Amino acid sequence: MMKIAVLLKMAPDVVEELEIAASGKSLDFKSLRMAPNESDEHAVEEALLLKERFGAKVIVVALEAPEVDEALFGALANGADRAIKITGLRENLTTAEEADVFTRVVRGEIGAIPDLILTGVQAIDDLDGLIGPLIACELGLPFLGVVVGLSPCPDGAGMVALKECPGGVRAEFDVTPPAVLGIQAAERPPRYVPLAKLQAAAHTKKIELVPVPLPTDPVNPLIEVLRMRRRAPAARAEMLSGSVEEIAGRLCEVLAGQDLIEE
Amino acid sequence: MSGDIWVLAEQWRGRISEITYEILALGRDLADEAGVRLEAVLVGSHVRGLADTLGTADSVLLIDHPLLAEPVTPTYADVLAPLLADRSPAAFLVPLTNISLGIGTLLAGELRLPAVNFCRDAHFVDRRLRATCVLYGGKIEAEVTPRGGATAILGIWPHARPPEKGHSKRLPGVEEIAASPDAAPAIRFRRYINPPAGDVDLTKQEALVAVGRGMRSKENLELAEALARGIGGAVCASRPVVDQHWLPLSRQVGKSGLTVKPKLYFALGISGAPEHVEGMRKSDCIIAVNTDPQAPIFNVANYGVVGDALELLPVLTRAVEGRKRAGGGAG
Repeated sequence: MMKIAVLLKMAPDVVEELEIAASGKSLDFKSLRMAPNESDEHAVEEALLLKERFGAKVIVVALEAPEVDEALFGALANGADRAIKITGLRENLTTAEEADVFTRVVRGEIGAIPDLILTGVQAIDDLDGLIGPLIACELGLPFLGVVVGLSPCPDGAGMVALKECPGGVRAEFDVTPPAVLGIQAAERPPRYVPLAKLQAAAHTKKIELVPVPLPTDPVNPLIEVLRMRRRAPAARAEMLSGSVEEIAGRLCEVLAGQDLIEE
Repeated sequence: MSGDIWVLAEQWRGRISEITYEILALGRDLADEAGVRLEAVLVGSHVRGLADTLGTADSVLLIDHPLLAEPVTPTYADVLAPLLADRSPAAFLVPLTNISLGIGTLLAGELRLPAVNFCRDAHFVDRRLRATCVLYGGKIEAEVTPRGGATAILGIWPHARPPEKGHSKRLPGVEEIAASPDAAPAIRFRRYINPPAGDVDLTKQEALVAVGRGMRSKENLELAEALARGIGGAVCASRPVVDQHWLPLSRQVGKSGLTVKPKLYFALGISGAPEHVEGMRKSDCIIAVNTDPQAPIFNVANYGVVGDALELLPVLTRAVEGRKRAGGGAG
């Protein structure tokens, strides 16, 4: 049976206000709300779809972070076979460090290299590279990103991956496993996990804890962040304020000025 | 180490991508700052003719081979790696597009080079390369410098420079580089699938009402449809809406979807991530409505409203209809 490992990480929820740490070189992680990296959620969904349609064993591996248990129990509730949480990490790992940690767990805990390793195509904090290609290099596997669909080859040898290209064009690729694939979007939206189902999973399923200690300081980082700041908002926009009716009236003027309201 | 600046000249289906010229312009600035050469690296099959359009570079390194006809990420990285290792430029600028995504990081991982992702600008400061990166969905900017003196791989967002600045009528010198791509790689191109024709051609609309995650549910899209009808336009969407299957792919604007230039682009509940902005920033007039005052969409909008699109839409649509009635127009 095909074995699929999905690598999941949490990223700052950008719907929330992002604060810069006192050092001025990173976000203030204590003030952040974390959410699963969006394309990682799609990677989990794609793995579950493959399991349902063609049979597979799905192992979800996540880096320890606030709220990550919910994401892992959600994956278990939806049909993942194993959930592994990597512990013993410091916050604010570089992407290269995250890739290194994932690679060690794939090698050590999962045993044989899975047929497919799925990651999100990118994360909003992938400052020093993308995690999928880095893991592919570590494991000596091929990588393909921006994947939006996976299915077994019609002749039964390997997989067919669908990659998004510009202008809505898609490209099909033959993939001979094992391979690392960066998922842009699953073939259907990540499924919602009702609270009751999540709670039931938390009672009946188990998240495996795997400590992978890292040194306190980053290991020979290849890049240095000199400064981080919030981008200046409203650099160009004329901001409209007032009651909803007043704003609507003003926007009507703008639309009329563009000849979009035929009077 | 050559110390030169290299640009990956992205070509796809026989054409040089516009972002190539943008990055050539950035590369030209960097090369001039450092007093070094700018080299464009062109990979493909039967693409020699395209090299002549890359005259902003001092010369073109051409890797032309029948097995490189389509941009298969690991195959392209495999033929680029030995060249990069051999010549060690100061920086290799790689487009962050669906076509080239992953090539830069594969090279960095393979050759243990520093990678700086999400760059929108770069300069030399005290002879050290310094990149300005836009991350966290466009909300945060970081100044980053590579360490160690090895070739830095920079992933460049679209619009780092105007593409016009990267065009030149000068004919660059071309150096052909021999390569032996793997004839039976683990990832092999099969075919392209063109998108199904949409019910509406977004690129021909004068007005687009664009919906994002802030619309909260598929049912709420009717509010946007009503406004679009009122102003004679069509509804389009950002990636999350299409991923949720609220609208078909033919309605997606941005990196993976269409590039549009309407007279009016009404962005509702769209944060303005660089991937979306890439497809709509050339609109004549952009109106953005978002509950988050820090949303990057306000950086490209002409008019901004901090508020809930779901509250504004019915009132605005009524106001539009009222104005039409008052003017006697048919709409």
